[in-house]
Amino acid sequence: MVPGMEGTTEMTIGLAHYLTVSAILLVLGIFGIFLNRKNVIVILMSVELILLSVNLNFVAFSASLQDLNGQIFAMFVLTVAAAEAAIGLAIVVIYFRNRGSIEVEGISTLKG
Amino acid sequence: MIAALAFYLFAAILIASAVMVVTARNPVHSVLFLILAFFNAAALFLIAGAEFLAMILVIVYVGAVAVLFLFVVMMLDIDFARLREGFQRYAPIGAIIGGILFLELVFVVGSWGFSSQASELRLAPNPGTGVTNAEAIGRILYTDYVYLFQASGLVLLVAMIGAIVLTHRQREGTRRQNIASQVYRSGSVLLEKVPSGAGIATLGIRRPPEPEPEAPKVTHGAGHGGHH
Repeated sequence: MVPGMEGTTEMTIGLAHYLTVSAILLVLGIFGIFLNRKNVIVILMSVELILLSVNLNFVAFSASLQDLNGQIFAMFVLTVAAAEAAIGLAIVVIYFRNRGSIEVEGISTLKG
Repeated sequence: MIAALAFYLFAAILIASAVMVVTARNPVHSVLFLILAFFNAAALFLIAGAEFLAMILVIVYVGAVAVLFLFVVMMLDIDFARLREGFQRYAPIGAIIGGILFLELVFVVGSWGFSSQASELRLAPNPGTGVTNAEAIGRILYTDYVYLFQASGLVLLVAMIGAIVLTHRQREGTRRQNIASQVYRSGSVLLEKVPSGAGIATLGIRRPPEPEPEAPKVTHGAGHGGHH
């Protein structure tokens, strides 16, 4: 997976580097979701890591293709991620207020 | 060369801090490592030439989202030791699924290449070094993508209202301003000419009578402009 300079511009750091970093970041985020089954806040942080890796991908392709659309879309991803964090943390707060814990495993009130 | 070294440094710190985010014992440490990860990701954005996004990442994420996380983590009285239960139980399945996903990503990237017409298919080519990154983004964000821009603003508005509605709590015994009863009260507003140097107690200016005990409290404690 290392250096692949093919298909990229004159950057010393190629697209493959960025894709590798963002793939590792994505896998770490998903691993975090599985690892912290009880702590919703760390799960939300893992989701933030996943979205960060998505943004890294967008920016890497944007720089590699010299196309600004990737950066525009990364901004929209940032917006949605900020909204998601706000709503998710609000849900965590009211869940803690009602139940006294934030364990995800205990959330089965809806019996879905 | 320096850019390559900086890239490796920032990428290594980014991945290390991401590992610490998901494995730290204390959620407060997780948030702090998340902040470090965002800073390093902003540095990677800078190396890729996306200066505006790097600054946005620092301002929006570190300045708002990570601080919001920190607030919530510190506000909730969480038993951190209990949250660690089941850590070893879920680690293998998480590692297996993560490894499978990483292998799939490697396969996807390994068998993938740019189209030969990729450079012709660009929708918004980078205008080059004569225009700064922020200006180049602004030129297309406020023209081609103005509807998406407004929609993202709407998303933020809905998120703000939703967060307020979710967490707003109506406590017993709080006094709220009742504007209608404040406006429609009669006989209690009196304008007096007070000579300078004399207090209202010595002049005998009467205050309006206290409301009846049965009267709603809201008229009594409403606002600052109540009884003068």
